[in-house]
Amino acid sequence: MRRIISVLLENEPGALSRVVGLFSQRNYNIETLTVAPTEDETLSRLTVTTTGSDKVIEQITKQLNKLIEVVKLVDLTEGSHIERELMLVKLKATGSQRAEIKRTVDIFRGQIVDVTSSVYTVQLAGDSEKLDGFIQAVGTSGVLEVVRTGVSGIARGEKVLSL
Amino acid sequence: MELLSGADMLIRSLQDEGIEYIYGYPGGAALHIYDALFRQDKVKHILVRHEQAAVHMADGYARATGKPGTVLVTSGPGATNTITGIATAFMDSIPMVVLCGQVASTLIGEDAFQETDMIGVSRPVVKHNLSVRHPEEIPEVVRKAYYIAATGRPGPVVVDIPKDMTTPNERYEYSYPKKVKLRSYNPAIRGHAGQIKKAVDMMLAARRPIIYAGGGVILGKASDQLTELVRTLGYPITNTLMGIGCYPASDKQHLGWLGMHGTYEANMAMHHSDLILCVGARFDDRVTNATEKFCPGARIIHIDIDPASISKTIDADVPIVGPVDAVLKEMLSLVKESKEKPDADALGSWWKQIEEWRAFHGMRYETSDDVIKPQEVIEMLCRLTNGEAFVTSDVGQHQMFAAQYYKFDKPNRWINSGGLGTMGFGLPAAMGVKLTHPNDEVLCITGEGSIQMNIQELSTCKQYNLPVKIINLNNQALGMVKQWQDMNYESRHSQSYMESLPDFIKLAEAYGHKGVLIDKKADLEAKLKEVLAMKDELVFVDIYVDRFEHVYPMQVARGSMKDMWLSKTERV
Repeated sequence: MRRIISVLLENEPGALSRVVGLFSQRNYNIETLTVAPTEDETLSRLTVTTTGSDKVIEQITKQLNKLIEVVKLVDLTEGSHIERELMLVKLKATGSQRAEIKRTVDIFRGQIVDVTSSVYTVQLAGDSEKLDGFIQAVGTSGVLEVVRTGVSGIARGEKVLSL
Repeated sequence: MELLSGADMLIRSLQDEGIEYIYGYPGGAALHIYDALFRQDKVKHILVRHEQAAVHMADGYARATGKPGTVLVTSGPGATNTITGIATAFMDSIPMVVLCGQVASTLIGEDAFQETDMIGVSRPVVKHNLSVRHPEEIPEVVRKAYYIAATGRPGPVVVDIPKDMTTPNERYEYSYPKKVKLRSYNPAIRGHAGQIKKAVDMMLAARRPIIYAGGGVILGKASDQLTELVRTLGYPITNTLMGIGCYPASDKQHLGWLGMHGTYEANMAMHHSDLILCVGARFDDRVTNATEKFCPGARIIHIDIDPASISKTIDADVPIVGPVDAVLKEMLSLVKESKEKPDADALGSWWKQIEEWRAFHGMRYETSDDVIKPQEVIEMLCRLTNGEAFVTSDVGQHQMFAAQYYKFDKPNRWINSGGLGTMGFGLPAAMGVKLTHPNDEVLCITGEGSIQMNIQELSTCKQYNLPVKIINLNNQALGMVKQWQDMNYESRHSQSYMESLPDFIKLAEAYGHKGVLIDKKADLEAKLKEVLAMKDELVFVDIYVDRFEHVYPMQVARGSMKDMWLSKTERV
């Protein structure tokens, strides 16, 4: 099953490589990984999406917790949560395609953030399925380039991951 | 406040940490530190002949004393040579701090002479590693390193020290921190009371219980608590290879050790039990055999300081995260308070069954009139040293024979590389033990394959007068490899035969030691006595043993715990 694990990590050199190293060392999957400092600059927030059986996920969270620089972590998929991913996509846009793409972008609540005579650059945020859906809707033949940030997530309601 | 250079701060920090010995080897990036070492006499340095041996020495010291070992090496090859030693300590959770020189911080990343990314290289085999980024940090980094190495589930910690952090003419205020606090590292200090209660209820209600103890009991210094609990309950106990000595082997409740080469009765009792109390062990593949066939009728209570060890391979019904000594103490007081008592009839018939298995006598070997059997060498050594020696081993058949036939009644005396299985571990580990236990008998039981992996340390033994006894069970082959080839590859002995063995007697003599050859069974006892009487000499005892012997019992591959070979022809 797909899981989103959110980690508070000491913002220190080498800490990220320990997390990434752990996944390859123990043969776990990383599907996406995002990391950036938080409002407390001594801490980074890292979100990793992974897949595995319940037993594997339990081991992943335990092994992550064992890393000295991991302060706290939560498996967001255990409760209700919000996940978002940002995508920038460059699309071939000429002739009648231009209006069609514009309509699709509106339907997906994206924005066209750069325009040339033959290319639209679209910005789109949402969960991973929505981003996949957009690519499918515009058709892969018109796609020139795709950049995705990987998933970020946060729990719904009062629950917070903090010190 | 005192002003000290980074190098002096490092050595002073080691003094303030109470470090007696450093094992190491100098080189360019560590020279400021070696100079600071020279200008003091509190911390003693042992110069090895290869950095790997320094780590095994620190490891042997740590296993025998329970205190963290310390290693000092230079950058590049000095640092990479420690990796096998560090991985060995990591797999067996041995507390240790490895201080590595590094090229100056201004050169890092430029492929400088003797530069290696030791933080990156060591990362998968350390509990943690730290770099020094400013000389002023040194005391805190040292304190942190020892704190992390020795608390929780212990393990090796590497400290990388760029050369410019130890420059002699830059001085800083020195003070050694008394305490260190890490917000992200808080090992459990006691177990969950509710879980302990639940576990005790299950233990008292069990009809066929068994206690399965591991190296965690020794690392957690909980042998006394374990022994008292086991005796109070009257239950059978087995332990892992790493747990040998955590409960007296001569006690009648002890079934020997379990797993691949464990005793018949221990493996049978595990398989047929209805409750397993696992204390500081980790259901390693060399214990469980095929996990899906593991102990089908047993519910499992698992005590471990490391939550990640619980339900990793075998699911626990009652997990208890905490230090084994504290948890066992709490269990004992609950057992004593409880009105419930173990069912005497059930326990009686369980013991009757176990005694039948024991009487079946799975651990046996055929003696011969002329060939020396490796097992009888170990039995004789055990008798001649009253079972009180410190015994280190290398890896292979001799290791299994030593573990099977030397009976340890005390913890910290059986010292082997159980997790990583590192050949070349035995001699340097024995040296680390002997250094701090000069009046105790220290035996290194080895084979002609393993001993050659760190034989250069005979020179270190001479320099520091370390009269260990090397017992070389010489079967002129890589015995365990050959055994597997006999059993699984129709005796095709691919590369397992040792041609051109050196004359070990002459070799020992060349290093300034004594050598004794034993190739006749009739001489065995007299010669071993002679060897043990040479208290102040390192003696290399080269014993020609049966070349065709196999280690039994041996679990059948991919079977359950009860599926074993008991000899070359008998399978149960």
